[in-house]
Amino acid sequence: MSDVVLRAHAVGKRFGGFTALSGIDLEVRAGERLGLIGPNGSGKSTFTNCLAGAFPSHDGSFTFKDAPLAGLKPHQRARQGLARTFQLPRPFRGLTVAENVRVPLSFGGRGAATMESAMACLESVDLAGKAHRMPKELTQVELRRLELARATALQPELLIVDEAMAGLSHTEVDQILALLFRLNEGGTTIIMIEHVMRAVTEFSQRLAVLVAGRKIADGPPADVLALPAVEEAYLGR
Amino acid sequence: MSDAIIPALPRPAPPRRLGHAGFWLAAAAAAAILILALRGMGSEYAYFAATFVLQYVVLATAWNILGGYAGYVNFGAAAFFAAGAYTTVAVGKAFGLGLLPCIGIAAMVGGALGLGTGILTLRLRGAYFAIATLCLSVVLQTFIVNWSYVGGSRGAYILRPRDVPFGFDSYGGYLCAVVLVLAAAAIAIARSIEVSRLGLGLAALRDDEAAAEAAGVPTLRLKLIATSISGAMMAVAGAPLPYLGSYIEPTSAFGLSYAVNAIAMPLIGGTASWAGPLIGAVLLSSLQQAATVTISSAANLLIVGVVLVVFVCVAPRGIIGLFRRRR
Repeated sequence: MSDVVLRAHAVGKRFGGFTALSGIDLEVRAGERLGLIGPNGSGKSTFTNCLAGAFPSHDGSFTFKDAPLAGLKPHQRARQGLARTFQLPRPFRGLTVAENVRVPLSFGGRGAATMESAMACLESVDLAGKAHRMPKELTQVELRRLELARATALQPELLIVDEAMAGLSHTEVDQILALLFRLNEGGTTIIMIEHVMRAVTEFSQRLAVLVAGRKIADGPPADVLALPAVEEAYLGR
Repeated sequence: MSDAIIPALPRPAPPRRLGHAGFWLAAAAAAAILILALRGMGSEYAYFAATFVLQYVVLATAWNILGGYAGYVNFGAAAFFAAGAYTTVAVGKAFGLGLLPCIGIAAMVGGALGLGTGILTLRLRGAYFAIATLCLSVVLQTFIVNWSYVGGSRGAYILRPRDVPFGFDSYGGYLCAVVLVLAAAAIAIARSIEVSRLGLGLAALRDDEAAAEAAGVPTLRLKLIATSISGAMMAVAGAPLPYLGSYIEPTSAFGLSYAVNAIAMPLIGGTASWAGPLIGAVLLSSLQQAATVTISSAANLLIVGVVLVVFVCVAPRGIIGLFRRRR
């Protein structure tokens, strides 16, 4: 197996007459921390949904761990080690925090679905103390941590973190960043989709920029952010 | 799990549940006590009333597997119930089989009908799914009305066998015992699902289907399993119906009261637990039976409607929800 864990080739997605993604090529190496940025409506979440299988892509292909993802449903992709979090936390509101984590443990097929495993996942995101609470009792940052716990319970090779910092305070952003660094040190490749530039520049080894459904830049964060096209996309002319 | 491994929790762990074997034994004991009590009363009406209530326990429990655990509201409960009843009529007439084999065949017919309905409709959600299941009831009723072999719109008479099996004092007593066993089995099945991996997956997809898929849950497969089990059990609930009244016709078999009660009973009892449909069915069907005897049978749906509105306002999570602080 090559060290490229994910390869997107000429990915395109249309909604009726609107082209949300066009010709996206992207490679992510194993263990890498990639930041995917772009203004609102640039196609970041659409790219995530196509990659996770929630939307079918119209053009191009994804290859994950050297195997094509075409035709696989979201749960099959999750079982292969491709996990995601959602832009707005989507806990299972009728289940306790521990039961929320038991869902991917039970169905992910990548680990034991015991209470001990669930507690270990919750400990990794500092939520073990709230294992028997309901999601409605959690704060916003705790809900983000629960999202991460649920995703990591799949023991993914690739984790896509979709705007996990949105609406969080400076300290809370640091907490989530520390968690993500810890996961990455454990070997998980991470794609971070984010608007909080401090977080994305601090975290990412490489940045890819989407604008109006096209990739306009890809490289080291300092070089990418210095590009006039990127500056123009964010700040206008 | 020891405190040495996991940090102390601020709240105590949930109480231990009764094990599967213990639950089955408790259900069997409760069933035996009820049968002995009814036999002690020696009244045919007591048997009839108990059978009526227990039939709704099976129907409400069955509905709740799809409607409560998976969150897919099925307005076509009457279709599955009537499918079970007419399976008894058709199979009984064609092969001369007794009640027990007819119940088994009704389960298969209901399961197949549930699976077919699931394949056709489970890509729909919410009101669209509910309307689709309502259509199933209309289609099936039209089919039965035009099927003269099972009596068509005239209906069909079913004669109870003269020989009462297994030493029961009357066929009503036997029928009641059979439906009691079905109710105990339905509750045990629902409870097993609730504490199983299937139940966890259904709870996840009920709350958020996309998030469940992202967590590795094969949502479509679980929904098909739920529609099949629920359909089979609803048909089983309807299978003894022709023997209960000795006459069956499409308008009553596909009656609105079955569809409404199947939904109202779990909602009133609480949909999150196997105990909810049991409580709702016993409460509401007893009330309806009492109203039929003391006021009029026409008051039944009025009572259901009033009780349902009260519970939706006062206890949206049902009676069980009132006693559960956390959920």
